[in-house]
This record gives sequence, structure tokens and C-alpha cells, in this order.
Amino acid sequence: MIRFLLKGLIRDRSRSLFPVLTVLAGVMLTVVLYCWIQGITEDMIKSSANFETGHVKIMSQAYAAESDQIPNDLAFVGASELLKELNARFPHMIWTPRIKFGGLLDIPDEQGETRAQGPVMGLGVDLFSSQSREHSLLNLNNSVVRGRLPERPGEIVISDDFAGRLKIELGETATLISSTMYGGMAAHNFIVVGTIRFGIVALDRGSMIADISDVQYALDMEDASGEILGFFNDSFYYPGRAVDLTAAFNNRFQKSDDAFSPIMQTLSDQGGLGELLDLMDTFSGIVITIFVVVMSIVLWNAGLIGSMRRYGEIGVRLAIGERKSHLYRSMIAESLMIGCFGSILGTIVGLAISYYLQVKGLDISSMLRNASMMISDVMRARVTPTSLIIGFVPGLIATFLGTAISGIGIYKRQTSHLMKELEV
Amino acid sequence: MENEFLIQTEDLVKIYPMGDHSLVALDHVNLTFKKGEFAGLVGPSGSGKTTLLNIVGSLDTPTEGSALVLGEKVEHLSHKKSAELRNKHIGFIFQTFNLLPVYTVYENVEFPLLLLHMSPADRQKLVMDALEWVGLADRAKSKPSQLSGGQSQRVAIARAIVKKPEIVLADEPTANLDAENSHHILQTMERLNRTLQTTFVFSTHDQKVIQYLRRKITLLDGKVDKDELIDTKRN
Ligand SMILES: Nc1ncnc2c1ncn2[C@@H]1O[C@H](COP(=O)(O)OP(=O)(O)O)[C@@H](O)[C@H]1O
Ligand SMILES: [Mg+2]
Repeated sequence: MIRFLLKGLIRDRSRSLFPVLTVLAGVMLTVVLYCWIQGITEDMIKSSANFETGHVKIMSQAYAAESDQIPNDLAFVGASELLKELNARFPHMIWTPRIKFGGLLDIPDEQGETRAQGPVMGLGVDLFSSQSREHSLLNLNNSVVRGRLPERPGEIVISDDFAGRLKIELGETATLISSTMYGGMAAHNFIVVGTIRFGIVALDRGSMIADISDVQYALDMEDASGEILGFFNDSFYYPGRAVDLTAAFNNRFQKSDDAFSPIMQTLSDQGGLGELLDLMDTFSGIVITIFVVVMSIVLWNAGLIGSMRRYGEIGVRLAIGERKSHLYRSMIAESLMIGCFGSILGTIVGLAISYYLQVKGLDISSMLRNASMMISDVMRARVTPTSLIIGFVPGLIATFLGTAISGIGIYKRQTSHLMKELEV
Repeated sequence: MENEFLIQTEDLVKIYPMGDHSLVALDHVNLTFKKGEFAGLVGPSGSGKTTLLNIVGSLDTPTEGSALVLGEKVEHLSHKKSAELRNKHIGFIFQTFNLLPVYTVYENVEFPLLLLHMSPADRQKLVMDALEWVGLADRAKSKPSQLSGGQSQRVAIARAIVKKPEIVLADEPTANLDAENSHHILQTMERLNRTLQTTFVFSTHDQKVIQYLRRKITLLDGKVDKDELIDTKRN
């Protein structure tokens, strides 16, 4: 019987082609959208983690409480000691200290008068030590637009756009005006040796990157560090492991009576990222549900039209003595074959498109002119194991539902009516 | 079987409600058919021939009265039972042939046997036999669209006969055929009736066909008007 149905499907294209194309299109879109959402999510996690939150982050409790104001006066002192201990205790993690700071970048002319000036977001990272992983975390080597990265103390790189706006040339001096850890005014001269662009809109407007020891010196933060970021060493974020690690660390180091004792937070604890991730999950769920519903309706209608065209066949088969339930089941079997076939094709095409998006990306920088979120300006899809089945299940459910609903007509109609329609 | 009749109707009535009035399609029809009969229902269009055949074939149910087919009261059969009755014991032939267009001649004839869960070897033998009977063994691989009307109707006969049913019901089998093909079809049916002892009941208002009948039942306005046995000493 299965062979009988298959022959019918293959030979009668109107029976198979439209439904297969519908399923194909629906499954393809589901897969692409799912992969895209995964890509965006992963991109956000990655840029957030690398530039901002780490997979886990350690701060002083006081700093953590006001971390969005970058309160370097609350940074913890004795960072090198803590780093040593972290490396000993959690050697499977990558630990790296950072200082974030705000200030003004002032470009003097030959007379020492201000030629140009602009607000700057600074990041002090370990650029020089041999075990530093910052070059790969921040993708520094690939981000240089002009010049080079700092190689000696006193050198910085700044955002390429920023350099353009300030009309600063490579090799010129820029003065950072900020405040010291103890509230005094800080002014320190750096040499701009390169410009960078990360492809992250919020960072590309006005950033500077300097070696952390230079920043400690400039802001009077001897052996102090605002934050220590921790990364799993394969660079993937594992929410469960991060939670366990955080619990272990806080249990050991956090002291409730000492505001300067360190506290660890996971990526999802910080900056509302957790809610964002939940939102993305919900969003995927909604997208898939919508596709199942829409596809079911389309296929239901296709099924109605199809079975109207096939009243003749249905009537004859009933007259020959096929049971209605058998006929109904054979239509469901047909639809599942179509669903399988369409879903496989749709998944293949969808994965191909997603893979293309994953490799090539889609430039959306023009849409993000004023965004302050950590969104990369090239959207990429992400093909995950789930994307193999994410379209398949809706594809099958939709064809099944569509046929199941339209096929009820077989039961509703009297056999003799179906026979009547045979008469011409 | 305690009953000597394959088919027996008792005061069969079929009424179609038509809004404010109702239409009596069959009016107290009492008929019996024995094994091996070759009987024709004649009468003008609208006299109730199709309705009677559909009830006997358990495709439709009577409003009143009963139709006993192979010992089963069709008006009491469930969907499942009536499908089984048709599947195992009754072959249908329609005016418009109604072959399944996507399937080959062979597959069309094979279909009833698929429903009977026969082994492929048995199916092949029966299908080829049936095609042999109707003289179309060489067209087994053709599609219905490649056949003439006469050939299509012969395939339909093969499909009706392939499972060797006790009863074949044919509703105006020659209405869409020319004279030559009509004769051919009737000759084929008659031969099958003789060799297989299959009971044939068919409706017709085609004069050419009437000469083949051994029993002629005339319906008029849903009533049996005449029921005559005909001495077949043709030629
Ligand atoms: N489903 C139906 N609804 C209403 N009237 C019907 C239906 N089927 C048949 N009839 C009527 O019943 C009468 C007998 O029809 P039918 O058995 O088809 O006659 P025949 O086959 O002899 O031409 C006709 O008047 C026809 O219009
Ligand atoms: Mg009729």
C-alpha cells in the first residue's frame, strides 16, 4: 500500500509538488530564522563576554553595586595577588584584569593649546605580558585599521572614527584627562600609534585601548584593577558551569562585612543579559509556532483543494470497498511522506542559507548608527545541532495537521454523495 | 447459505427530502436475484435505477424496507461492515469508467487486491487473468489516458471482476460508448457471467444492450413495472 501511495505521489505532481514546496518554504524559513536568532544570540553573548562581562567577572562588592558608573575609586587593590590565586585554583579558566575608565581625550597643537577634544571610553588591558590572551579575546590584531597596536608603554590605539573626528595623525600625542582612584585630577600623555574598529557600534564611536599598567600609572591605581574577567578556555559560555564556579568562588572569597572583598558574577547576572537570553528563547519559540500555524492553514487549504480534485478517486476507492478509516489513514500517510520529503529538502536549503550567513554575514551597520548595545554590525547565522531538527518537527506537524483537518471531509460526506459526484 | 437468493429486497423505499416536498426515488421495490443471473434494470432516466444499485451495493441506505445481500441486511451494516461486503463480494462498474488516472492499467486492476492483503504473487496472477479475460493483457503498462473509452471500460470490468466477487453491479456501463464498444462490453460481461457464474445486475436505457439480457426488469417512477425472463436464442 505504501508503494501504491508513493507511486501516486510521484506521478501526480499536483498532489505532491505544491505541498512539498509549501513545506520546503516553511521549513527553510524556520531553519534560517532559528539559525539567525541563534547567531544573533551567540554574537551578543560573545561580544558582551569579550568586551564587557566575561563569562564570569570579579569585582569588589562596592564596585559591583555601582558597576554601571565605572567607580574606579572602588576598584580592589592587590589584583596581582588575587590573579595568582585564581590561576592556581581555577587553572582551566582564562583570567584577565581590566580597568574601564571614562575621560576626555585632548589633542594639543604645537603650542600645547587644545586643537581637538572628545569624550573617550577607555579600556586598560594586559597588552604586553606573554601569557596575555587579550589579543584574541578582543580580536585586536584583526581590528587595526591604521598603524599598529601598542608595543611599548605610553602607546595607545583609538577608534578609527574617533581619530577621524579629532583629525589626529598617527604618532601624535593625546592627553587623557580623567580622575585618579583617589578623586584627584589625572592628566597623562599617550602617543597614538594606531586606529581600530571592532565592528561593534557602541565601541567604535570613541574608545581608547591602553596597556593596563599605563592606565594604573595614569590613574594612580597601583596594583588595583576594576574588574577581573574569567573565560572558559574553549571560549564557549556554559551557563551551568558558570553558576557553579560563581557559587564556589563567592563561598570562599566574599565577606559580607567587607565591601572591598571580591564578588563573582556570571555573564547572565550582568547587564540584563539573562533576560535578553530568555527573550531570545521565547522569540524562537514564537517564530516556530507561527510557522506551524501558518503552514498548517496553507496545507489544510491545499489538502481541501486536493481532496476536492480527488473526490472521483475517493468515491471509487470507497466503492471498491476501502474503509473510510483506511482511506483517511492513507491520506495521512501520503501527507507524512510529503512532510518528510519537504522537511528534508527545506532543512537542507535552510541550512545552506544559514551556513552562508554564518560564513559571510549580513552587514547591518547602517541600521545601528545610534545603538549602544553590544551588537556586532555584521549579523551572522549560527548552525547548531538543533537547527537540524528545528524545521523538521514543525514541517511534519504542519502537514499532518493540514491533512488531518482537511481529510475529515471524507467522514462528513455520505458515501452515496461521493458517488453522485462521480456521475458526469 | 440458507437463502437461495443472493439479493433480496423487501418493500424497498427511498425518499429524498426536497425542501417542502419529498421525492420518492424507490417505491416499495420487491426483487430477488439468484446466483448466476444476468439481469438488467431498464427504465427512463430518473426511474430509480442508480438508487437501487447503490442500495444493493451498500453505498446508500434505504428509507424503509430492507435489502438482504449475501445474507447481510445492508441497512444495518456499519461503515466497516459495508466496506468489507463491497471489498470481498461486490464489484462495481460505472458509467464514467472511473479509473484512477495516475495508475497504470495493471495497478488499477490490482488495487482491490491490495485492500484484501494478498501476496504479490497471488495478485499478479489474478490481475493478469482478469486482463486476459477482457483482452487487455498487452496494455497492462498503459495509463488510462492512453486508452479508448471501450478499453477503459474493459479495464473497469477487469477491476470489478479481479477478486472474483459473487455480484457485479454495473450502472449504465455502455452509456458513454459507441455501438461497437457497447456490444463488445456486453459480450465480455456475458462471457464472464457464464464462465465464473458471477451474478450481473446492471442498469441501462440502451436498446442495443437489451438484446443481451436474460432478465429485464423495467422500473418506472421508482416502481417495478415489469419483470420478464427473456429466452436468449440470439443469432
Ligand atoms: N442525492 C439525491 N438527492 C435528491 N434526489 C435524488 C438524489 N439521488 C437521486 N435523486 C432523485 O431520485 C430519482 C431517481 O434517481 P436515479 O436513481 O439516479 O435514477 P436513474 O438512475 O434511473 O436515472 C431522480 O428523480 C433523482 O433526481
Ligand atoms: Mg442513473
